[in-house]
Amino acid sequence: MYRYDAYDQRLVDERVAQFRDQTRRYLAGQLSEDEFRPLRLQNGLYIQRHAPMLRIAVPYGLLSSRQLRKLADITRRYDRGYGHFSTRQNLQLNWPKLEDVPDILAELASVEMHAIQTSGNCIRNITTDEFAGVTPDEVVDPRPIAEILRQWSTFHPEFALLPRKFKIAVNGNHEDRAVVRVHDIGLEFLRNEAGEVGVKVWAGGGLGRTPIIGEVVSEWIDWQHVITYCEAILRVYNRHGRRDNSYKARIKILVKALGIEEFRRQVEAEFAHTKGGAMTLTQAELDRVAAHFTPHPYATLPETDASFEAARAADPAFAAWTKRCVHPHRVPGYRAVTLSLKPTGIAPGDATAEQMEIVANLADEHSFGELRISHEQNLILADVPLAKLHEVWKTARAAGLATPNIGLLTDIICCPGGDFCSLANAKSIPIAQSIQERFDNLDYLFDLGEIELNISGCMNSCGHHHVGHIGILGVDKDGSEWYQISLGGSQGNDTRLAQVIGRSFAAGDVADVIEKIIGVFVEQREGDERFIDVVRRIGLDPFKHRVYGTPAKKEAAHV
Amino acid sequence: MSNFVKGTTLSANEWNLLRYPVVAEAEQKQAGKTVIFKVTGTEAASAETIAAFALPAGKIIVPLKVWLARREELTPRLAAGELGVWFESFELIEDLIASVEDINVFPVIAWDFVRFADGRGFSSAALLRQRYGYRNELRAIGDVLRDQLFFMRRCGFDAYELRADRSAQDALEGFKDFAEPYQAAVHVDQPVWRRHAR
Repeated sequence: MYRYDAYDQRLVDERVAQFRDQTRRYLAGQLSEDEFRPLRLQNGLYIQRHAPMLRIAVPYGLLSSRQLRKLADITRRYDRGYGHFSTRQNLQLNWPKLEDVPDILAELASVEMHAIQTSGNCIRNITTDEFAGVTPDEVVDPRPIAEILRQWSTFHPEFALLPRKFKIAVNGNHEDRAVVRVHDIGLEFLRNEAGEVGVKVWAGGGLGRTPIIGEVVSEWIDWQHVITYCEAILRVYNRHGRRDNSYKARIKILVKALGIEEFRRQVEAEFAHTKGGAMTLTQAELDRVAAHFTPHPYATLPETDASFEAARAADPAFAAWTKRCVHPHRVPGYRAVTLSLKPTGIAPGDATAEQMEIVANLADEHSFGELRISHEQNLILADVPLAKLHEVWKTARAAGLATPNIGLLTDIICCPGGDFCSLANAKSIPIAQSIQERFDNLDYLFDLGEIELNISGCMNSCGHHHVGHIGILGVDKDGSEWYQISLGGSQGNDTRLAQVIGRSFAAGDVADVIEKIIGVFVEQREGDERFIDVVRRIGLDPFKHRVYGTPAKKEAAHV
Repeated sequence: MSNFVKGTTLSANEWNLLRYPVVAEAEQKQAGKTVIFKVTGTEAASAETIAAFALPAGKIIVPLKVWLARREELTPRLAAGELGVWFESFELIEDLIASVEDINVFPVIAWDFVRFADGRGFSSAALLRQRYGYRNELRAIGDVLRDQLFFMRRCGFDAYELRADRSAQDALEGFKDFAEPYQAAVHVDQPVWRRHAR
C-alpha cells in the first residue's frame, strides 16, 4: 500500500500543528463557534449528541495492520474502546474530547493517517471498490489513481470552501462496487480496444434529501487528464452552485438545473482552457504511486487445497461461512475474506479495540499485513491462502467476526442514527437489531438469498436507504420517530432508487413489516430468484397489499 | 495598527474602499433554517443607489456595478491610476473582463468574501490570474480571516484586508501553514511531483 514520503509526512505533521493552534484559539475565545465550525469539520470533527465525533480518514478504505493497531490504541486511550466503520470507508469515534483531538491527530500522523477533509464543504475522502487489486474481473487497479486524487484534493486551495460536501468514487471494474453513480463525481477507469486507459465520468449523483442518479458527463477522458477534468467540473460547481440554501447546494442540483447538456458544455469549455496544464498527470507520477501497489509476493499455489476442502466437508458452519464471506481472487489459491461487523446485537459497523487487534494480527499472519473497509461497513482480508481460511475463520469466529451473513438480509447498512448523530430524526441501530433478531435463523437467511437492507436515521441518507433492495428511513412525525419503508433500490451497474411503499410505521412494527415483505417474496419467488428481481417482476402492489391489508391507496409519504 | 497585508507583510492601505450604504438585509427562512447566504445573483443595488453612489477624490475601489453603470464618468479616474473595482461574492469576473480591452488597466481588483466560508472568490481569483492574465493587486476584502490566507494566496490574492476585529500580525502566521502543497495553483504553479523528485 501507499507509504508516505517526506512530503506527505510533513503535510500531515503541519496539519496537526495547524489544527492544534486552531483548537487553542477556539478554546481561548479567539475563534467564534461559527468560525471554528468549518475548520473543525474539515478535520472530521463534529459536535454530536453526546460528545464530539471524530471521523478518521481511511483513504479508499485501505489500512495496514500497524494503522489498525494504532486505531485500536486510540479508541482505548481517547474513547470507549470501540469505533464505527462508516459507509464511506472511514472510522468514527463517538466519544473523544475536543481538547484531545490534536493529540489524536498526532497519534494518527505517526502511522501516516489523518482526519483531513472527512467532513465539511470540501472534497471528501476518495472511496473505491474494497476488492481493488485482487478481484479477478478488474480492468484497471483504481488504488494508485485514488491515492493521486487523495493528494490532489488535500488542501486544494480553490476547492476548500465549496457550496457543499463533495464526494468522489473511483472504480476500475466492469462491475461497479464503488457506487459511482450516486457520487458527486464517479470515475470509472476502463480500457479501449487499443488497451489504452481512460475514464468514464459521471457527475451529479447523490442520495440525501433529493436522491439523484448521476449522469455521464464524459464517456472517455484519457487518464492523464482526470485531475484537470475533475477541476473543470469543480470550478463550474464552485462558481455556479447554489449557496443560498444548503439543501439545494449539492452539484446534483446544479446539474439538474442546467441540464446535463449545458452542464457538459460548461465543463468542456472550462476543460478546454486547462487541458494539458500543470495538473496533467504524467506516466512517471502514475508509475511512482503505482509502485506502492505492486502485487504482494504471492506464493505459487494450486487452484484447490485439500485441507480446505476437507474442513469445508467436515464443518457445515465453516462451509456456510465460505459461501457467504469468501470471495474470488485473481491469484490461484488465494481468496478475499469479509469479516462481518454485522452480528446480531451489535451496531452495524462497530468494532472493539480487541477486535481491531485480532484483525490486525490476522492480516499480519495471513494477508500481507493489510486490510480494507467496505462501504457495506465490513472488514476485508484481501489476500488469504485457501489453506489458511479455516484458521482465519476459527479466530474470526471466536472474536465475533465470522457471522456468515454477507450480502444477506442481516448484513444491514446502517447509519449511527439518533443514538449518536445529532442530525438524525430517528434511531437506526435498534431497528437494525430488531430485524437481525427477527431473522436470526441462518438457514432461513441463506434460503432467502441476496437481500440488501439499508437504514438511515434521517434524510441525509448516510445509511444509503435509497439504493437498498429494502430501504428504511427514520422520519420525525409530530416529535415521534417513524419509519418509512421503500423497495426496489439497488447499487452497482444497475443503480436504481427505491420507491416508498406508503405511510410510515412505529419502531415496534418495523420487523413485522419486513417479515410481511419477505413473506410476499417467498410466495412469489420462482426458483432461486433474488428478492430484487421479484420486486422488479411483480411490482410494489403485492407488497403494499400485504403490509397495509387493503389494496394500496395512493398515500402521501410522511417525510 | 494597520489591518492590511500586502504580499506577506503588514502594509499601509492607500485605497479607499467604497461600499454601498448599509441596508438591512432581510433574512430568509428556508426549510426551517435561517439562510444567511445572499441569494445567488441577487441584485445588490438598485439603479438609484448606483446613480447616487458618491465618488470621493483620491484612490477609490468601487463596486463592479458602479463601474459598469458609470464607466464614462470613471474612465478618467481609471486613466489617472486611481480606480479599482470590487466584486460581490456572486458576481462574475467576466463582466469586468468584458468592460475593458486590457484587464491590467486596473491597478487593483478586490473580491468581497461575504462570509469566510464562501469560496467563490478562490475560483474567481484563479481565473483572473491564470486565464485573464491579471498582474496587479488582487485584494481579499470582507470576512477575511487568518485560516483562509494560505488558500487565498495560493489562488492568486496578494493583498488582504483582515477583518477589523482580528490581528493581521497574528494572521501572517497563516501563510506558513503548509510548506509544500500537493497541487498546482496560482502561487506555486507546479504540483509537488514536478517540483521535486519524489
